[in-house]
Amino acid sequence: MDLYEYQARDMFEKHGVPVLPGIVAETPAEAKAAAETLGGGTVVVKAQVKTGGRGKAGGVKLAHSPEEAEAAAQAILGMDIKGHTVHRVMIAAGAKIAEEYYFSVLLDRAERRYLAMCSVEGGVEIEQLAVERPEALARVAVDPLTGIDAAKAKEIVDAANFPEDLKGPVADVIVKLWGVYANEDATLVEVNPLVRTEDGQIIALDGKVTLDENAGFRHEDHEALEDKAAADPLEAKAKALDLNYVKLDGSVGIIGNGAGLVMSTLDVVAYAGEAHGGVKPANFLDIGGGASASVMANGLDVILNDPQVKSVFVNVFGGITSCIEVANGIVGALEQLGDEATKPLVVRLDGNSVDEGREILAAANHPLVTIVETMDGAAAKAAELANA
Amino acid sequence: MSIFINKDSKVIVQGMTGSEGMKHTTRMLASGTQIVGGVNPRKAGTSVEIEGATIPVYGSVADAMAETGADVTVLFVPPAFTKAAVIEAVDAGIGLAVIITEGVPVADTAEFYAYAQSKGVRLIGPNCPGLITPGQSNVGITPANITGPGRIGLVSKSGTLTYQMMFELRDIGFSTAVGIGGDPVIGTTHIDCLEAFENDPETAAIVMIGEIGGDAEERAAAYIKQHVTKPVVGYVAGFEAPEGKTMGHAGAIVSGSAGTAQAKKEALEAAGVKVGKTPTETAELMRQLLS
Repeated sequence: MDLYEYQARDMFEKHGVPVLPGIVAETPAEAKAAAETLGGGTVVVKAQVKTGGRGKAGGVKLAHSPEEAEAAAQAILGMDIKGHTVHRVMIAAGAKIAEEYYFSVLLDRAERRYLAMCSVEGGVEIEQLAVERPEALARVAVDPLTGIDAAKAKEIVDAANFPEDLKGPVADVIVKLWGVYANEDATLVEVNPLVRTEDGQIIALDGKVTLDENAGFRHEDHEALEDKAAADPLEAKAKALDLNYVKLDGSVGIIGNGAGLVMSTLDVVAYAGEAHGGVKPANFLDIGGGASASVMANGLDVILNDPQVKSVFVNVFGGITSCIEVANGIVGALEQLGDEATKPLVVRLDGNSVDEGREILAAANHPLVTIVETMDGAAAKAAELANA
Repeated sequence: MSIFINKDSKVIVQGMTGSEGMKHTTRMLASGTQIVGGVNPRKAGTSVEIEGATIPVYGSVADAMAETGADVTVLFVPPAFTKAAVIEAVDAGIGLAVIITEGVPVADTAEFYAYAQSKGVRLIGPNCPGLITPGQSNVGITPANITGPGRIGLVSKSGTLTYQMMFELRDIGFSTAVGIGGDPVIGTTHIDCLEAFENDPETAAIVMIGEIGGDAEERAAAYIKQHVTKPVVGYVAGFEAPEGKTMGHAGAIVSGSAGTAQAKKEALEAAGVKVGKTPTETAELMRQLLS
């Protein structure tokens, strides 16, 4: 889960990372009040969106008075930045910046440890810096068993070539940022820019934090950070039903078991769709192991409520899941939905108890259901029906 | 022969007395696995009857190993307790720990992986179906009746895609099929399995199944080019997965251009691997290679 900048700021503050005062606002009036609370002087009004490049898009404005902050918020709220609508702004205290640096620590999947990256050239597109002048971006491996202690932080500031007098203060902040990473179960903590102010303080001016959702069980406060309003309504409904669902743009609804098989099903449908007007999958939905009638009914309910869906492909390989359960689930779901079910279903079953499962479907003889024996054949049939 | 497990593997189950543990211990026994014990500190000294077999329960992995000579452990332990259970197994000196548990915090995995590395213990998983050497040993949750013994080695991030591929190629059969898991950090990689299959005289050809996210497949492709002489066919899932969305496997997330299915497919093809567009097509490529 990615956090908004203001959430990252609050989290930094909680762990002792130096940050500037900042207040989140959802209306221009709140923005004006926030600027007053911050002393009525110069503030920065920053769009809160989970994407980069908001400065270039006009989502960050300097305001010299509460009235200017109000006007800036008026301009920024509702703005579209790379497909993200701005619902909140952060009013941040202004700072006199002398220099900008970069720091991040993240999971290094390939090396199965952590990686700290640091540069004395911050505030720029770090991906660009990494490509154009890789020597300017220090990369230091971090052992999961020891983390970033004072010695490791010194190694990082040395590698980044900070001037001697700054090494101590910057290393202190890096150790605190590691505190955020380790204690909050983050997979990314990035500060860009980390700044030195004219009066010599080191401050995290903008932060990006990604949290590990698997660790939610030991962080009760993390659930409140989730932006439920920003989710697609079908995704929100699926989540409430405990379904693993992702909305896509096509017209073939997909239900399957196991993340890998469902991902593969999306690809196979798109591949088959090339011969049928370029139809694409409408969603990812993994019902997981042990699919019961109610899970299948919930899944079908979500998918059939997607107005973009023209046909549905149920693709199940019964490993532990029995095809009997899956077939009963489909029949039961169609009974529950009654006249609401209007879209054709193509069902492919294989594996555990496949013959019995196919018999159940054949006996039910539902007019909307077509049984196809192979995955590729079923994908072609579903694509054809979506293009009819 | 086979890789990592065979008929002589003596397996203990951490978390055997839980509902998932009992269900899958029953299935593992039914497929011929030598299950020699379970571990539960609160039930030490008791035993569990499963389909006519009496499986003793030990208080610790160390006790279980001392009593039974176990060399493999499989874990059905809830995510919050997985790290401690793996570290216990590593400290006891087990050779192989197979972690089925889904939902382990990645910081825990990074930590116990680093610890296992320092002690020379092989981990498979977490968030994986485990591995099967058909007809000999089945450690994890793979359904044993899909396929029989044969000449193909299989390595995959995904459980159900593994089953699908085993089913498609059941006429030829498998030496060992390893589900390495879909988490961002896993103990045994595609490369580890490729190396083991290359060195296994019973494996004639290899199927490698990958999916979006990370660069494990690209690394595997480079490894194949340099070190693998046996024929390899590949399949990659996730061409239609949108950027920045998680698709069930925590690892199956694409950010930016790296880690896309297309990049993985191209890397594999550049290494001489034939890549199928669908699982069925991939199976057909393998069948042609071995005919």
